[in-house]
Amino acid sequence: MDLHFADAEATEAERAAVDRFMSAHASETGPTKAARLERPRSRERRDLLLPGLHALQAAIGWISHGALNYLGAAIAVPPADAYGVASFYSMFSLTPQAPNVLHVCDDIACRANGALEVVDECERVFGPEGSGDSVTWHRSPCLGRCDRAPALFVQRAGEDDFDHGPVHADLSGRAIDGLAELEGMNIDLGIERSATPQGQAEVRLLRRIVERIDPSSLEGYRANGGYAALHRAVEMGAESIRDLISESGLTGRGGAGFPTGLKWKMAAAEAAPRFVIANADESEPGTFKDRVLIEQDPFALIEALTIAGVSVGAEKGFIYLRGEYPVAGRRLEAALAAARDAGLLGRDLFGRGISFDIELRIGAGAYICGEETALFNSIEGYRGEPRNKPPYPTQVGLFGRPTVVNNVETLLNVLFIIMEGADEYRRLGTPTSPGTKVFSVSGHVAKPGVYEVPFGTPLQDLLALAGGMRKETGGMRNITSFGSVLLGGAAGTFLGPEALDLPLANEAAIERNASLGSGAVVVFDTETDMFEMVSRIAAFFRDESCGQCAPCRIGTVRQEELMVRVGSGFDSGGLIREVGRAMTDASICGLGQTASNAVVSALDLGLIGGDA
Amino acid sequence: MSGLEFILDGERAVAPAGSTLIRALSANGVETPTLCYLEHTSAPNVCRVCVVEVEGSRPLVPACSRLLEEGMVVSSDSSRVRHARKLVFEMLASSVDLSLVSEETGAWMREYDVDPGRFGPTLRTDGPAASMRPGHHERPDGLSFASVAQPPLIQDDLYVRDYAKCILCYQCVNACGPEAQNTFAISVAGRGFEARISTEFEIGLPDSACVYCGNCIAVCPTGALIPRTEFDLRASGGWAADRQSVTRTVCPYCGVGCNLELTVQDGAIVRVDSPLDHDVTSGNLCIKGRFGFSHVGAQPRSEPA
Ligand SMILES: Cc1cc2nc3c(=O)[nH]c(=O)nc-3n(C[C@H](O)[C@H](O)[C@H](O)COP(=O)(O)O)c2cc1C
Ligand code: SF4
Ligand code: SF4
Ligand code: SF4
Ligand code: FES
Ligand code: FES
Repeated sequence: MDLHFADAEATEAERAAVDRFMSAHASETGPTKAARLERPRSRERRDLLLPGLHALQAAIGWISHGALNYLGAAIAVPPADAYGVASFYSMFSLTPQAPNVLHVCDDIACRANGALEVVDECERVFGPEGSGDSVTWHRSPCLGRCDRAPALFVQRAGEDDFDHGPVHADLSGRAIDGLAELEGMNIDLGIERSATPQGQAEVRLLRRIVERIDPSSLEGYRANGGYAALHRAVEMGAESIRDLISESGLTGRGGAGFPTGLKWKMAAAEAAPRFVIANADESEPGTFKDRVLIEQDPFALIEALTIAGVSVGAEKGFIYLRGEYPVAGRRLEAALAAARDAGLLGRDLFGRGISFDIELRIGAGAYICGEETALFNSIEGYRGEPRNKPPYPTQVGLFGRPTVVNNVETLLNVLFIIMEGADEYRRLGTPTSPGTKVFSVSGHVAKPGVYEVPFGTPLQDLLALAGGMRKETGGMRNITSFGSVLLGGAAGTFLGPEALDLPLANEAAIERNASLGSGAVVVFDTETDMFEMVSRIAAFFRDESCGQCAPCRIGTVRQEELMVRVGSGFDSGGLIREVGRAMTDASICGLGQTASNAVVSALDLGLIGGDA
Repeated sequence: MSGLEFILDGERAVAPAGSTLIRALSANGVETPTLCYLEHTSAPNVCRVCVVEVEGSRPLVPACSRLLEEGMVVSSDSSRVRHARKLVFEMLASSVDLSLVSEETGAWMREYDVDPGRFGPTLRTDGPAASMRPGHHERPDGLSFASVAQPPLIQDDLYVRDYAKCILCYQCVNACGPEAQNTFAISVAGRGFEARISTEFEIGLPDSACVYCGNCIAVCPTGALIPRTEFDLRASGGWAADRQSVTRTVCPYCGVGCNLELTVQDGAIVRVDSPLDHDVTSGNLCIKGRFGFSHVGAQPRSEPA
């Protein structure tokens, strides 16, 4: 293949950004050793496309035609393909834009806390969405900071990104004059509203966080029991670890609830090379637990993924972190370097001939990339479109190799199980959902944050931990009493007051046609405009569909359009249910298959639709 | 190859191991609607009109790409299957101009009583997809329903890209890339409903890597990619299938020996194809074979719009 590039020259700054990026990766043998076995076009470093686009966006503030050509030539990716990938992600701009971009969350939990006032304020201060020379702004889906709603993420050219919350409407004006000031506030907003209240017996994953160890200190982590699990795991050997995890009954916390031990065994049974991946893409609206877990305890994820690698027989792991988590990204980068320096990642670990290293990959604004096969494509430098299953990731995954993908929280449970044993793990929870679950509680509760409770804990107890309903304002009005809860995020279901006794366990949720999903719990009071909330969810799916398959690409559009008719009492929801059923039945992946859950459950509960 | 036994619509059935469901069903006399599927290319598996019900699978499965397994219980005509196919056809027909799809597809749409008008009047509400930021769109008004309607791209004398007819089947992208041409001039760009076939930064085809082999035209199931001669004749009302005949010949330009299918109307060649199942070409040609006939004297063409 001879690449053809239309005339469009990169500027000096763009060339410098790509050159710097390429020289940083020049010595890498990296993931592509395996990739080359699988893929014939060996010159290409296609897996460098996404990080290369990030390098350009970060340095220049947008990606020009000339810059895209220059990057494409460096890694042997045809420009049309590179454009197809770049235009997939909402964090990349392919037209010139202001160097400071505010992504203002207008998603459900932030809406419940006055986000629309912030949006109005942005419009007043900066003009229409997307305009402005030095600062511009865009609405954003959930930024994973619902505990500090309304939230903001600031993307900057030539400087570090940062996130912030809560943003007060009058603050957004200030935010803009003094971005530095805002960043200063971000550095230590503490964990008061994020962590589980102290002294709770159930705390396992959140223990070190509650004890507030320094997330930047490897010594601190080790002094608190860190890396003991890896040492023990290495003593146990790969097969015993897999057996122990199976025995514990650990199931995936990423939404599907697949048995983790079985997943590891399936991958281990396939030929090497294999990969393990920590899925930290966390973009399900209302979910922020993985961010808190990583920001406050980054070494734990690294240790847990290393154990997964040892147990599955993988020499290479990836952490795929969503792009809107800049603090988590910097902390992970630093922690990875520290672990490497300390000989806890790399070749011949512990003198046992074990090799394992981890690469951090950063997403760029696409909810779908949390779907495991879309995640593979994203890392490989393709559009983040899910693949057809079967074959399953444990057979044909990243770069065509057997791959284990686990959610961050799933992996962190492995540390506990190795140290305390399967029986101790099962002591809490229910027989079919053993252990604890970290819930992200937000909306109109008094103390939004992450809460770790045993599976089977009644919903009302969880809400009580979060302080019950808040009294002060959510936006411009006072909060009233409990109206409904969205369980499981946008892909989840609405439940009313009659569900407050629901035991939070997978089997009990399924009985009520719900699912715990990612563990998002967004609470709304009786006065919330639920039509607005449900419409926002419909808009979310229309925005986040990858567009690959017809039922979801078009169905999510029709669903949002039909919502307007339902809202105006023009339609009782018959056709919207039909569209939903077709999406659930005929879509390729979980996004389309769940895109109608919230809408249909809101209709069933009478939260929307009325009596048309 | 040994046979696999399975249950099809309640009856015992057998098909060769390694068959996709679509072939297994066909071998047992059951046909399946398709849009994005072609026998001789790898299945893109995206249109989803071919779905069938397989016991044990929560969602329906695409018959074009799922492999048959021993003991599978398959329903090709259950109410779930009929409903999903009908709705997917309705969604497509309400957003894409399907006027040039095959007669078989038309028959399937009648079979399922497809009524795209159920959604209401359609309209491209958001402006050109290329100008939209991924993850952002205008709120709908509830009165009109979005479609991909847009003017055709007429950038040269050889072929037209009329993306108002594009169902996003990926076949052209695959043909231009790994499946045949290895040119990679086009790709899918954007996301969601704004996903579209595009060159980099939407540059014109003449400026792109395109070598005008026309292999993308050969695989396009909806007439979105169409030779300029045919496009112009259709536009002027001069395209008359009943006055056309198809002649097979061997391309005269070089020694490879590509088979050509010439569509001739009123003594002029109006379209050149190569049989998709031909073992030399698999339907692929080069610019000379596909477009060189214009030297043989087709209709005079208008200038690019
Ligand atoms: C649209 C979509 C988005 C997803 N996003 C995430 C995510 O952000 N994080 C995650 O862990 N799993 C996500 N998943 C689930 C993953 O595909 C996968 O099942 C999970 O990472 C497996 O890990 P587990 O077994 O530990 O749960 C998503 C699935 C879908 C369909
Ligand atoms: S269901 Fe939606 S997100 Fe999933 S593959 Fe289809 S279009 Fe893409
Ligand atoms: S004519 Fe050939 S080179 Fe041009 S876009 Fe079509 S397949 Fe690609
Ligand atoms: S232009 Fe034709 S071949 Fe290409 S994706 Fe659209 S419908 Fe398919
Ligand atoms: S950060 Fe705004 S809804 Fe989650
Ligand atoms: S024909 Fe099977 S998905 Fe298109």
